[in-house]
Order: sequence, then C-alpha cells, then structure tokens
Amino acid sequence: MAKARKVEVSEQQKKEILSIVDKYKGTKGALIPVLHEVQEYFGYLPLEVQEIISDNLNVPLAEIYGVVTFYTQFTTQPKGKYAVNVCLGTACYVKGSAKILEKFEETLGIKAGGVTEDGMFSIDACRCVGACGLAPVAMINGEVYGKLVQDDVKSICEKYMEN
Amino acid sequence: MSMINITIDGKAVQVEEGTTVLEAARVAGIDIPTLCYLKDVNEIGACRMCVVEIKGARALQAACVYPVAEGNEIYTSSPAVREARKSTLELLLSNHKKECLTCVRNRNCELQTLADELNITEIEFEGEMCDLPIDDSSRSVVRDPQKCIACRRCVGACENLQKVHVIDALNRGFKTEIGPAFGKKLADVACVNCGQCIVACPVGALYEKSAIDQVWDAIRDPEKVVLVQTAPAVRAAIGEEFGMPIGTAATHQMVGAMLRMGFDKVFDTDTSADLTILEEGTELLHRLQNGGTLPLITSCSPGWIKFAEHYYPDMLDNLSTCKSPHQMFGAVLKTYYAQEAGIDPAKIVNVSVMPCTAKKFECDRPEMSDSGYKDVDYVLTTRELARMIKECGINFQECDGEFEQPFGPASGAGVIFGATGGVMEAALRTVADILTGQDLQDIEYHDVRGVEGVKEAAVEINGTTVKVAVAHGLGNARKVLDKIRAGEADWHFVEIMACPGGCVNGGGQPIQPARVKNWIDIRAERAKAVYSEDLRLPIRKSHQNDSVMKGIYEGFIGEPGSELAHKLLHTHYTPRERF
Repeated sequence: MAKARKVEVSEQQKKEILSIVDKYKGTKGALIPVLHEVQEYFGYLPLEVQEIISDNLNVPLAEIYGVVTFYTQFTTQPKGKYAVNVCLGTACYVKGSAKILEKFEETLGIKAGGVTEDGMFSIDACRCVGACGLAPVAMINGEVYGKLVQDDVKSICEKYMEN
Repeated sequence: MSMINITIDGKAVQVEEGTTVLEAARVAGIDIPTLCYLKDVNEIGACRMCVVEIKGARALQAACVYPVAEGNEIYTSSPAVREARKSTLELLLSNHKKECLTCVRNRNCELQTLADELNITEIEFEGEMCDLPIDDSSRSVVRDPQKCIACRRCVGACENLQKVHVIDALNRGFKTEIGPAFGKKLADVACVNCGQCIVACPVGALYEKSAIDQVWDAIRDPEKVVLVQTAPAVRAAIGEEFGMPIGTAATHQMVGAMLRMGFDKVFDTDTSADLTILEEGTELLHRLQNGGTLPLITSCSPGWIKFAEHYYPDMLDNLSTCKSPHQMFGAVLKTYYAQEAGIDPAKIVNVSVMPCTAKKFECDRPEMSDSGYKDVDYVLTTRELARMIKECGINFQECDGEFEQPFGPASGAGVIFGATGGVMEAALRTVADILTGQDLQDIEYHDVRGVEGVKEAAVEINGTTVKVAVAHGLGNARKVLDKIRAGEADWHFVEIMACPGGCVNGGGQPIQPARVKNWIDIRAERAKAVYSEDLRLPIRKSHQNDSVMKGIYEGFIGEPGSELAHKLLHTHYTPRERF
C-alpha cells in the first residue's frame, strides 16, 4: 500500500492513458470503465497512473484510490507476466482449492498477492470465476485449468516457465 | 407540494412529500438517534443507528434517508428497533479505541452519548483492533484511525462542503479506513488545514494539533512576556463550552478568564482587522485606479490561501497581499508595541486564539517572520482555550475584563470579520467614506450578510459601481473562482472564507453534535453574536479606530501601503502541487 519506488510512465504510455480517459470524459460513471481499460493497458494502477487519471478526468485522487482498493479486480501492484488466479469461491473451496493455492505458493516460492523476483509469475486468490462445474479451478492469464489436484500444479507452472 | 399523512409511534402527523422519517419524527416531537447523518454534509444512511420499523416494510429502514409515504405507520422504539440499534452500537464499540477518560472528546462524543442513552452496559463482542498509527504529520489536524468509526462525516465535509476531497474511504469490509490515497499522510497531500473534518467528526478521531503545553510553558516562564490576541469569532462561540446558549457574545468573560490564566496582556485581533481594512482598502483603490489585477480577493483566511496555492495557483495575483489580521498584529506587537512598551521583542511570546486550525500552519510559514522574529509563536483554537480555562477551574461566566490598551476598542467593522460577508462589509464602510469624502451613515450592507453560498452586490459609491461577491466554504469558492478564471465575472472585489459561514463556524470552534447541527444553523446563530457586538460598539468603521490611525499609522507605519506597511503587514504566496 505504501508508495514503493517511482514508476516511470513513458510519453507514449501517457498518451495511451489520456486517450482512454478522453473516451469516457464527461459521461456519468466514467471512472470504473476508465480504470478497467487503463489497467488492461498498463497492467496495474500505480500512484503515477492514478494521478494522470485524476488530473484529466477531474476526479480526486482519494476517490480513485478508494475505488481501486474497494474492488478486488483493481491492483496497485504489478502482476507477473503470467498471472495465476486460484479460485477460493465456495464450490472450489469445498473441493480443496486452498490446497491448490498452497501448492502454487510452494512451487513458485511466493505468497498470494506476490510476484516472483523475475516478474514472470504472480499469484492471487480470487472469487468465483463461474466455472464451478470444474472445481477446483485456477486461471492463468485467462486460461482455465479445472478439476485440479495438487500434483497438476508443478507441470502447469513448468509449461509457462519453458515459454 | 402535496402533504402526506402518517403516524409515528401512534401519533398522527402531516408532512410535505419528500420529508424523511427523521424529519417527520422531529415534527411529531420524537427524537431518533443518529450517528453518520449530518445534514447537508453526509446523508448516506450507512451506520444504521437511526433504524425504524415501518409497518409492511421488508426490513428496518434508516430514518435519515427514508422518505415517508402516505399512510406509513412508523415505530421508532419497538423492541426490534431497540435491539437492532444496540447490536449496531455494540459492534461499533467492539473495535473502537475506548480510552474515553483521556480522549479529547470526552463528554462531547456522540458515540459515548449514544452508549449512555441506549443503555449499553456491556459489549458482547471483541473486535479486531485497527493497528494504523496516529497521523500527526500536519501542523493543524491530527488523525487517529483507531478511534475512527468510518461514518464518513469527515469525508462528506472534505468532499461536499469544501470540494477539497483529499480523504476518502479506502479498502473495504473490516479493513475500511479513512484517509488520503496510497497511505499518504495529511501533510503530504493537498489538505488545506481548514479543520471542517474535525468539527464534523462525532468522535475523537480528528482533532487539532495542540499548542496547549507550549503556551503553559511560556506563561510559566518568568522571562517571557506572553501576549495573547483573540479573533472576533472566538467570543461568538466560546460561551458554548461553558453552557451559554449558541450565539452569545462572551467577550468580557473571555478576556477576564484569560487574564486570570496568566497571560500578560490580552489584545483584540479586531484592532488588526481594522488595520487589514486600511491596507486592503488601499490596495483595492490602488488596483481600481491603476489597472491592477481584478478582482481583488481577500486573504484573511489561511485555509483559503492554501487552497488557492494548491488548486488555483494561476490566480495568486488576484489575492490581496495583506497578511491575515492576527499575523499583522503579531508583527506589530513585536515591533511597534515592543518599542512603545519598552519590551525586548525577543522576550515576547505571541499567542493567537483563533476559531481556526489553518492558522496553526500559517503561523509556521517561513515568510511570517517580518518582525525579525516569528510574528506569532503559537495558535490556539477556541476549543484549546476553553480546555485551558477549565483546567484552571475558572468560573467562566463570572469573569469580566477589558482588552488591553493602547489598542482598542476596535471598531464594529473589525468584529464582523468573524462572519461571512464581514470583511467585505467592513471594507465597503471604509472605501465608501474615502471615495465620497464623507462620514456616511448608511453603513449596513445586508446583501453580503447571511448564509447563502455565493452572495453578490453592486454598490454605488459616488457615481462608481463597485461590484462585489462573497463566497464561504471552499465548494462555493470554486464556483466563484471558476467564473473568474473563465472570464465570466466582472467583480472588483471578492471575499472568500474557507469555512462555511465564515470564521464563526471555523474548524477550531466548539464542536456541536449532529443532534444540534441537524436542526439549528449554527453559522447563522453565531453570526448574530458578531453583528450584535458591531451594533454595541461606538465606532463601526475601521478608519475611525484611533488606536490604528493615530497609534499604529501616525506613530509607526506612516501611511497605509507604505514601505514599512509592506514589509510588516504584507506577504507573498507560493504555488503548490495538487499531489
């Protein structure tokens, strides 16, 4: 939560962020779609990016940060190149997804919410992804892995490591 | 507007459509407890303390936001209602830092009052305590997150009244906290120090940074000469701390009490309000006659000044260069007065009692040392002064005293500085006399009085039309400033005060609970006290105040706007970042 090192936003990136802001500027409820698209583009929403949005959308920074920290889908920390999301929704949980999460943490050597030092992987616990029939479920960059057992985890990770 | 018939606790009442249950109950003579609700500031129905039972409704409803409908049968203290309120309150108390005995809000805490009134005798739950540290980075405002109940009244004050919005609710659920973005401290964001969050807070989570210990130390030190001055708005509200009705002018009691506390001399900031009018009036005439930057905007309110530096840095040339009255007085006391009274200025400790938290930041500004010393050493709020008086066991209402000569009595124009429109009216009284060369008798400018957010007037003086505007509360200030910035305004002179209602409702004033503020406009009530003082005083125009004209000007500074006046009484501003 506390400010980490300064994040560099290049001129090109700033231009891109401003074009997203311009698309929604003046419409009611513009903030959330702007945050979505900017996060999709920039990967996360650090202070420097929120300041650009605040300045150009005329929404106070405190309000933006309030929204970003309220919704779990927004993040102020960079994610790994491969973002692992383990579902801890009810169905997955009763099917043992906590054990799956543990295995990911052990395999990648980081805790949920963290990023590996090389920036390749991040792990997050998430709520229901709508694939309860496949419980327990994990997603990596939008790709769904279902009916997981602990032994699957290592080979899944290795698949991305090879890339 | 159509009327609606309802019954509340069996009592039939008729109210206008759109009335909330809370308001309707008030009409029926029934009080409903509230906590997060603060009229015009925070109306979000979040805390659930005001729940009532409405026959046929699915669940209990929040009275503060629920509009009544024809035929509603409402019960405000049924067993279900009482149980729900008690559980809610117990949950709020379960993770509150309950150090009531040593809390700054002891005996003036809305949570404490509710616990008493709702007959809470034990707290069944033990909640996980918040471990965020106290933020005392600001020179004006201290935040204690462990006492915060997340009611959002401070956010409402910052966001809705002041349109500053540097604090908000962050995170969610149990982790919800109120504060600036990214865990920053108040001193590191564009907070203007107005303290409206403090007077909105129902508990002890927000309070001023105290200077009480430093002031006691100075009084105790035999080497020091401790001079105190009090702003016009202080007398209009301090009586509230001692059981006097809102709107009572307690000037003599206050002065008497301060002399008993051990201050060496008690001065009236109104004297330097008169000085301010001479300087600012001269500046206005100069700008009008020489094509200077217009409109001229007043500079008495340090919350407004910091707001301008952060949010309207392009308009700093519009601001009057005059220091605020107490800073002018501080500089005069350590130069002219020290010389006249034969006191070494190094031994003088200047204390300003102000209705204001922003003045604590102001007196520490590096540019406020034109006397060769720190012009004002310490600023106390009205609340802090009251605490010190209580600490001495002084019977406030029995006290009696007069402000110290050689300054004073000040003019009525100086007194009305305490209310929105007052600086404008005081200036007009003087400018009109100067432009006409007469002693005009018609000196009350009612168009600029009152609590309307933005007031405008066009005043005819000797064939010239002077167009003026008055804004109070920074949200209203934004409206005026945006118009000026867009070139859509032709005002010559604009008064801005940071706090809604002006200094009488400043962030350093006695805190009235929501149960008072929701029904009584304390801005208007306290303003009555300053206008009654104005009527009482023999001199009502700044330029007729002899202690200023014959004393400070003839005896020391020379002319208004002179070189020495500029050195001691004027200042400059610094553009600041928004983030």
